[in-house]
Amino acid sequence: MSKPRKQIHLAAHFPGVNNTTVWTDPRSGSHIDFGSFVRLAQTAERAKFDFFFLAEGLRLREQAGKIYDLDVVGRPDTFTVLAALAAVTDRLGLAGTINSTFNEPYEVARQFASLDHLSDGRAAWNVVTSWDAFTGENFRRGGFLAEHDRYSRATQFLEAATELFDSWPGPGVPADRDRGRFIEDPRIGAFGHRDAHFDITGQFNVPRSPQGRPVILQAGDSDGGREFAARTADAIFSLHGTLEAGQAFYSDVKRRLATYGRTHDQLLVLPAATFALGDTEADARERAAVIRRQQISGQTALRLLEQLWNRDLSGYDPDGPLPDIDPDVGDTHIARGRASVRMHRDPLATAREWRERAEAGNLSIRQLIIEVSGRQTFIGTATTVADTIDELVQRDAADGFILVPHVTPDGLDEFADTVVPLLQERGAFRTEYTGTTLRDHLGLAVPERGVAVAEAAL
Amino acid sequence: MPAATPLHLAVALDGAGWHPAAWRAPNARPTELFRPGYWVDLVREAERGLLDLVTIEDSLGLQSSRRDGPDDRTDQVRGRLDAVLIAARVAPLTRHIGLVPTATVTHTEPFHISKAIATLDHVSNGRAGWRAQVSGRPDEAAHFGRRTIPPPRIDDLDTPEARDLLRDLFDEAADHIEVVRRLWDSWEDDAEIRDAATGRFIDRDKLHYIDFKGARFSVKGPSITPRPPQGQPPVTALAHAAIPYRLGARSTDIVYVTPADAAHAEAIVREIREEQAIAGRADQAVHVFADLVVFLGDTDAGARDRRARLDDLAGAAFTSDATVFTGTPHGLADLLIRWQGAGLTGFRLRPGTLPDDLEGITRGLVPELRHRGAFRHAYEAATLRGLLGLPRPANRHATT
Repeated sequence: MSKPRKQIHLAAHFPGVNNTTVWTDPRSGSHIDFGSFVRLAQTAERAKFDFFFLAEGLRLREQAGKIYDLDVVGRPDTFTVLAALAAVTDRLGLAGTINSTFNEPYEVARQFASLDHLSDGRAAWNVVTSWDAFTGENFRRGGFLAEHDRYSRATQFLEAATELFDSWPGPGVPADRDRGRFIEDPRIGAFGHRDAHFDITGQFNVPRSPQGRPVILQAGDSDGGREFAARTADAIFSLHGTLEAGQAFYSDVKRRLATYGRTHDQLLVLPAATFALGDTEADARERAAVIRRQQISGQTALRLLEQLWNRDLSGYDPDGPLPDIDPDVGDTHIARGRASVRMHRDPLATAREWRERAEAGNLSIRQLIIEVSGRQTFIGTATTVADTIDELVQRDAADGFILVPHVTPDGLDEFADTVVPLLQERGAFRTEYTGTTLRDHLGLAVPERGVAVAEAAL
Repeated sequence: MPAATPLHLAVALDGAGWHPAAWRAPNARPTELFRPGYWVDLVREAERGLLDLVTIEDSLGLQSSRRDGPDDRTDQVRGRLDAVLIAARVAPLTRHIGLVPTATVTHTEPFHISKAIATLDHVSNGRAGWRAQVSGRPDEAAHFGRRTIPPPRIDDLDTPEARDLLRDLFDEAADHIEVVRRLWDSWEDDAEIRDAATGRFIDRDKLHYIDFKGARFSVKGPSITPRPPQGQPPVTALAHAAIPYRLGARSTDIVYVTPADAAHAEAIVREIREEQAIAGRADQAVHVFADLVVFLGDTDAGARDRRARLDDLAGAAFTSDATVFTGTPHGLADLLIRWQGAGLTGFRLRPGTLPDDLEGITRGLVPELRHRGAFRHAYEAATLRGLLGLPRPANRHATT
């Protein structure tokens, strides 16, 4: 008997504050007007997507001591915009990124539980950690956390929040008029959580939410990040969009689940993916190239080069050759508030490699940056893109994808109109929502109260 | 009869209403308090009555009849959803009414509150406000575990220690509101330029660090959220005594107060106006609204009976920090106009039960007031500031 066809999961990422988003495109709309959020969310819901996704960053990015001005700047408060979207969508999951460092469990738990009630069970929480004092300057406690403590903070934060999510018996209250009992238990919502990061006790004040707990999402490619996800998350993002790398990541994180008493289908692997569609393969390749040139202007190329060189390169010509000087490998970094900076682990080696590549191809700074910054994940006609997505899912390189359009808010329309119907035709993607909650869409059960996954590991 | 000056009307939404037995009233919907449709229906009803705004109560702990912690009661409403998120959920389904959620200042981050209210303003096209609330409760402090607030000694709230704690909490509240306001102004209105020629999305000279340093926190800025449509959404606070009046006068746009009668209202208004002058805000409009709990009926006797039945269910006569009105919409209109003469600019009515007393306001009181020329016949402005007669303030950093 052949394996049944896996169902693909799809999510829509609201375009972010980085150079993937092309704000210079004539179609580009507002990044703050509510209408843009409604537009993308309703497109995703029309296409029967699993969820809508919002990223977050709690300090405006800076480079060379100045606010970075070449990308989109500014975004809404995550919870507030998701709660408003719950009013204009019916089935679409609503996923928000919320930081476990610059928040407290009681407040975040009641915000997520409230969002889950107000959306009838559609909330998801992308748990992120940060530790930098730069972001901390916007908050009461400042930069209190050492980098190596960030996953323990996140783990304990999530454990505390889980205790709060589970502290009421159910989403409803008896409200028995005859007996005069609004609730049965005078100690309802009682909790107490004490560990290295938290010492909190009392009674929680939001009933258990329709999904029990929000769906937990996690991104993180390091060993610690993968372990955190295997232990606590319902879905993990990754950056591995190719077949071999995807399969390796997929089997690695799924293998880790057994340690925590979890099964294969309790953690979905959802890589982020960009796309460029065309009427022919050649047309799609040309459109992909145009988008990449839009994403990396001469000015942006110089700023991205500065992030590796860690020096002010504003005097260089983006259409000229790479700098002769080497990167500055000092402790302070020219770019702040940006996670990608830490990806340059050996700047000298990378710079050497980039120089060789530029010389061999006779590439300018801008051409080189376009080369090294990666292609769109999916480039092709609707048919070939549908084929590729289906193959990646059926061959266990992913369970689905978080699609990142490059134009706000209409950048998902073409995908929704051309690729989704093809996936539906082949029976790999839903044609109607079969459930009402995000857990229903993702095939995840409502967790039992008090069975914290994390505890299994302790 | 000469046309009166129109007064402003707000309704304070809380659970099933302000009477502890409100959830047992025949028309109450107690099993729906955690459902979005309940709140949408209430706010739409308030909007049909052309009210200026609704406030939504909130707290960082379980409701309790005690000051020092949970009361272990099961016969009253316990539990509530986050008020900012209720307001956001309702915003796209309403068009005119102001949405003023409560958010606590004591344990929360001004950075988060600032962007949350700014975003509420964006999703409601300029109808957001904020009721800033101080928490002096030891149980709420224990939910955060970052500081200890001593239990109040019920017999002894007027000690120097109690006054010092109150002053500290309200100084922190003033700092919190100051940071929230500075963050709203940390983006000038025209900061987003989208200049394709230079590749710049923003003019970073129009974004500003706030560099706030206070006793409890320091905040760098700028906000991650662009300036809200109203520039500065109205900030409001409930105040019962001198220290809170001072906060209201120096930091807010609406102070809710709890006078016992018209003479008391006049004294409170005078005190707030004096504090306003001391704070250098004499030329700014600061509304003073009186809070009243209302039980309405077609006749005085009917209203009294309804309240008495609720008192029977609760097993105690209802009392409140605010004056309690029990009677007809006609009688309530008389009282409001009489108190308005004391210098109040509006009222925040707390319905004894929901939806009954809300409907008593929108369908009984509002027509009465209109009849006397004291309330609007149509929404005259698109934003909450507009409804309150407050101009859109220039950004403090704007050079022109």
